[in-house]
Amino acid sequence: MAWEFSNEKPIYVQVSDQIVSGILTGSFKMGEKLPSVREFAVIAAVNPNTIQKALSELESVGLIETQRNTGKYVTQEGSIIEMARKKRGEFLAVEFLRSMAALGYTNDQTIRLLEEAKNGEVMTDERSDA
Amino acid sequence: MSEATLECTGLSKYFGTNPALHNLSISLPTGKIIGLLGPNGSGKTTLIKLACGLLTPTEGNIRVCGFEPGIESKTLVSYLPERTYLPDWMTVMECIRFFQDFYADFDYDRAISMLQALQVPANARMKTLSKGTREKVQLVLVMSRRARLYLLDEPIGGVDPAARDYILGTILKNYNEDSTVLISTHLIADVEKILDEFIFIQNGQLVSYASTDSLREDLGKSIDQYFREVFRC
Repeated sequence: MAWEFSNEKPIYVQVSDQIVSGILTGSFKMGEKLPSVREFAVIAAVNPNTIQKALSELESVGLIETQRNTGKYVTQEGSIIEMARKKRGEFLAVEFLRSMAALGYTNDQTIRLLEEAKNGEVMTDERSDA
Repeated sequence: MSEATLECTGLSKYFGTNPALHNLSISLPTGKIIGLLGPNGSGKTTLIKLACGLLTPTEGNIRVCGFEPGIESKTLVSYLPERTYLPDWMTVMECIRFFQDFYADFDYDRAISMLQALQVPANARMKTLSKGTREKVQLVLVMSRRARLYLLDEPIGGVDPAARDYILGTILKNYNEDSTVLISTHLIADVEKILDEFIFIQNGQLVSYASTDSLREDLGKSIDQYFREVFRC
């Protein structure tokens, strides 16, 4: 299955986001070898140069390491992965608050709603676009 | 290698008094997949045919890896025409052997594995195949060469979406850093993800030549959206 991309962001940014998600959710495990650039290109159905650019970005923040002649690996440093997890979590939290604000919720109301959801007091079988 | 894979300087082609291309100058680097995009009648096919040496320029010149179109350039260029030219009495295998005899850079094993993946019956005669299947055969032949410049004129127009994905995958797998792929198509959304760069032409003139990433970074737009804006009817 080719990966899905949105129109606004450069594709290499979206590729690197998706690889980070893969690392954070455990599809790519710590210390595991990643597919080659060409394999990635075919999996994601994007240009190999785009993959190369995405991987270089991840390498510059230390999430990925190149080992001579054998390829690229997910870092073994738990702290780097934790940092990426924190960054992604913060990003999602801020995004969520922003979307709730657009719906007319104050931050306090959103937090209250989250509490209720946590306690199972919120119906979840309704379609979100209803 | 610093030399451009395809270089046009002041290139014009007139059919009678009608300019199909007018004073086009562009230099395409090595190792990129480039989209050649424009409305109907903008000069895409004319440019490709000039690069193949099937047409001669009215003015200006065009070079492939430094060579004017001719014997040397033709060994470097693999061309997928709009319409297939394979004789319809030949079988698919005969076409493969024909290409193998004709081009020193033809990779037989690659061709066979692509045919199998696309489920093309190897022993069928061309005339018994559907239009889409004939196009697949033609594409297999063209992509089985290890060329420096692939010129693909509407490679995915006639095939179904599943085969389209496979064909784009085939292009990704088979081109390498020494080669450049120029794809002309109207199906921009389908090819956008694999393009490094794109060229817009209209009325035989260059409208824009940019990288896919820079378009998104600078304007926050996909090539497809940008095309619809620039060429709004």
